[in-house]
Amino acid sequence: MAINSNKAIKISQKHLLGIQDLSINDVNIILDESAKFIELNRSKNKKLDTLKGKTQINLFFEPSTRTQSSFDLAGKRLGADVMSMNITNSAIKKGETLIDTAMTLNAMHPDIIVIRHQDSGACNLLSQKVNCSVLNAGDGRREHPTQALLDALTIINRKKKIEGLKIAICGDILHSRVARSNIYLLNMLGAEVNIVAPSNLMPKDIDKLGVNIFYDMKKGVKDCDIVMMLRLQNERMTSSFLSSNREYYEYYGLSPDKLNYAKDDALIMHPGPMNRGIEIDTKLADDINKSVIKEQVELGVAVRMACLKIFCT
Amino acid sequence: MKKKYFINGNIVDPHNSLNEEGGIIVGEDGKIEGIGKKVNSNNIPSRDKFIDLKGKYVFPGIVDMRVFVGEPGYEYKENFRTLSNAALSGGVTSVVTMPNTDPVIDNVSIVDFLKRRGRDKSKINIYPTASLTVNAEGKNMTEFGLLQNKGIIAFTDGTKTIQNTRIMSRIMNSARDLNSLILQHAEDYELSQNGMINDGLIATKLGLQGIPEIAEIIILERDLALLESIRCRYHISQLSCSKSVEIVRSKKENIKFSCGVSINNLSLNENDIGDFRTFLKLSPPLRTEEDRISLVKGLSDGTIDVIVSDHKPEDEEQKRLTFAQAETGASGIETLLSLSLELYHNGSVKLENIIKALTSNPAKILKINKGTLSVGNDADFCIVDLNKPWIVKKENLYSKSKNTSIENKKLQGKVMNTFVKGEELFKL
Repeated sequence: MAINSNKAIKISQKHLLGIQDLSINDVNIILDESAKFIELNRSKNKKLDTLKGKTQINLFFEPSTRTQSSFDLAGKRLGADVMSMNITNSAIKKGETLIDTAMTLNAMHPDIIVIRHQDSGACNLLSQKVNCSVLNAGDGRREHPTQALLDALTIINRKKKIEGLKIAICGDILHSRVARSNIYLLNMLGAEVNIVAPSNLMPKDIDKLGVNIFYDMKKGVKDCDIVMMLRLQNERMTSSFLSSNREYYEYYGLSPDKLNYAKDDALIMHPGPMNRGIEIDTKLADDINKSVIKEQVELGVAVRMACLKIFCT
Repeated sequence: MKKKYFINGNIVDPHNSLNEEGGIIVGEDGKIEGIGKKVNSNNIPSRDKFIDLKGKYVFPGIVDMRVFVGEPGYEYKENFRTLSNAALSGGVTSVVTMPNTDPVIDNVSIVDFLKRRGRDKSKINIYPTASLTVNAEGKNMTEFGLLQNKGIIAFTDGTKTIQNTRIMSRIMNSARDLNSLILQHAEDYELSQNGMINDGLIATKLGLQGIPEIAEIIILERDLALLESIRCRYHISQLSCSKSVEIVRSKKENIKFSCGVSINNLSLNENDIGDFRTFLKLSPPLRTEEDRISLVKGLSDGTIDVIVSDHKPEDEEQKRLTFAQAETGASGIETLLSLSLELYHNGSVKLENIIKALTSNPAKILKINKGTLSVGNDADFCIVDLNKPWIVKKENLYSKSKNTSIENKKLQGKVMNTFVKGEELFKL
């Protein structure tokens, strides 16, 4: 693949801050572009020079394994110079504010900044202060757009479409940016979305986003094509949301008997990292006929390559 | 001071049920000598010069019941001098200052300091409050009696709420014994924990922890239940939601108490937060448009007694952060009147009712001889061009901090002159 001018790709946004800001045309551009990278990533020579001479900074304020390594690899495979900031050793630990960090990095003329931050809206703030494009790799509980895009790509890869599918998103919706981004994207692409959670983990007024709400998991996954499980975010739980993990598993964990309510060919998804035996039965997670969890990780690199290419102008 | 005559104005003085064309006479001692329609060109001595107001309005100086000043401890946010300049430009001549300073105003020695600073540096009337509890920690009561003797007119933990019901009941008992006024900020901390904005669709979409309205209602209902058996002077600083207005409306039939509302909650709603505008991170939070409309109705029918600015200056550094990290509060004393007039211009509240909630009502609750144009009172008043359009610009604000919640908003009605004790201290 040759270096091609990104200007040919017409996307409505300068930054990728959330699915909310994207048009369906934008989404299709990203998904089409992502699909092109799937084969490349499976081939022997994975290196391109699409982003040669470009500088990508990964700014992760929260611990991350797959998203950070995925963005890291994606940038490198496209030939960009990738720098990952180690927050624990940086000035942020010395009390520097996000805006000052942004100004400092901006002075080094990066072409793109990938940010993950524990506060909702942190990427929006950053995008107002730097000249380059900003890619959101997860902000608080607001959005995680590349995760939703890779989930969509995985679904399309398996089911050939999204429109008309019935998709259940189950678990800790309250603290989940993945759930929010997926709701926007799947709705936009014409799926019917069911949300399954106990009341304590259900965000207020989420039904107004155009989803069906279920407190009973069996009813929520009934006849679904996709069952997407979310991680129980224990680190964000400040007070008694749940009685115990074992009771949670009993009522909201994905077990074979609950999965039986979904369609026979239903697929299981999970953005990771998993709490095995809490939100998902460990055998189901590894069931190669039903679980596409590893494929999600694989396609994640393709989606991030596409996003870097498109937004790195 | 020379005697001053103003004629051909529109005098609005709710305390004296005045809303008429007329004038005002300010005596050499800075007191009001005459007011209303009898003050006109026919009956003032012709040798005396007079000022023709040409239809401009005269209101009593505004009494703002909820103001944060940075002294002591946060002088870089606001000091008495900058506060008084900001207040005067907005027609405010008396302010009730909150005790959330560093150190907290919780003992008599610091009150002396405060009164001295207020007197030396401020041109307006400063009425300091002291905290209800030591260091505003909600545990040990402060010395209401001794503090009152030093000139403290009300007690409040300011931004904080007494969480413990037993302590609250004891505070109310003491307040009853000593005839002290309690100003309560209504917020249950367990329910509002980590909350940043109204709990609802916007919070869900922005991914911000919500503050449910029940956090306000629980404290409101609790305090009113206590008040039924412990009758003391009690005031809820700010209502924010429709349900609170309903509760207050029905409870006022049986119990005597009063309540206020922030001009922010009367003028803005949660949608204004838009893309994480930290200047709109407020306490109580902005709620829905339905809530706002209920608050306006509550003001209009007298359920809500007072409008406050909830003036909380924060320097830019505390606002240039992520929403979660940003400080709470907005500067607002200089736009309080103009923004309130929006409710008159759009026909939702009568002018007299707005002025009443800004002047005579707070003065009555506080038991201070302010907020009226009665003959013999200090001539604290402002002259207002009710229709003059202007735009709120950060750089034109007098306050030391520029965290206005209504940057670039177009307003109608501007204070032209402000007088304190007969002396003109602000002129546009």
